[in-house]
Amino acid sequence: MSGKVIKLHFTIDAHDFSLAGEASSSTKKMLNQLGISPLIIKKAAIAMYEAEINAFIHANGGEADVEIGVDRIVITVRDEGPGIADLDLAMQEGYSTAPDKVRELGFGAGMGLPNMKRYSDRLEIKTEVGRGTTVTMTVYVREG
Amino acid sequence: MKVKEFAEKLELKRLTGESGLDKEITGVYACDLLSWVMSHAVKGNIWITVITNINIVAVAVLTEVSCIIVPEGLKVENVTIKKAQQQGIAILSSSMDTYGICCRAYTLLGK
Ligand SMILES: Nc1ncnc2c1ncn2[C@@H]1O[C@H](COP(=O)(O)OP(=O)(O)O)[C@@H](O)[C@H]1O
Ligand SMILES: [Mg+2]
Repeated sequence: MSGKVIKLHFTIDAHDFSLAGEASSSTKKMLNQLGISPLIIKKAAIAMYEAEINAFIHANGGEADVEIGVDRIVITVRDEGPGIADLDLAMQEGYSTAPDKVRELGFGAGMGLPNMKRYSDRLEIKTEVGRGTTVTMTVYVREG
Repeated sequence: MKVKEFAEKLELKRLTGESGLDKEITGVYACDLLSWVMSHAVKGNIWITVITNINIVAVAVLTEVSCIIVPEGLKVENVTIKKAQQQGIAILSSSMDTYGICCRAYTLLGK
């Protein structure tokens, strides 16, 4: 990454339900201010929202870091939750272990991981059962 | 058409007062799965949903929908309304069901 890099850091606090989506909303505002194209912003916002919500509903919260460079946006969401035992299965559209209580709130469509894959240009997931999950998503910023 | 005019024509209750009424409407999107809405709603769409918890506000901000309409006279929690007002989002309530709202929207906005 060359040139100036803007770094943002967020705590994803799973105790405060009203803050779910706050990190991605703040990031989106920053990307808007920087004049990045709406399409790129949309990709980054969707991917980050899904990762943030997963840390929220599946892993008791975590942390998010965003690096905005001239050519790419790198979003890292990390948690110390239960981890994902079968990642291939979790990646399938519609697969969800979200309990009914969470589904009633509108989550648990099993589209989070597929959305992250679709809307980021690169998706890397490191996960270990009992230790946690780190999701790194890269969205390339093209000029014009 | 602006949210304000649409709300007047459909006699929608403005749960968030004057918040967000000035936005331009581009169409309608109806869905209750937040992930689905995140990736399919288009900027300026009216979003119709029966989900009333505070998370709909973040989704509305991220997707830049023009407003949220809750059908069938559903109650919306106060925290949701407060947050929407902070973010300049209009939440409107209708006694009609989703289909009814869509039919009215069609006559006003076309396809
Ligand atoms: N951060 C995480 N920690 C633990 N499990 C996760 C995490 N993210 C995803 N999962 C698992 O992968 C499944 C699929 O995730 P996702 O596609 O986002 O769908 P959903 O969140 O709607 O269940 C989840 O139901 C959960 O079992
Ligand atoms: Mg998810």
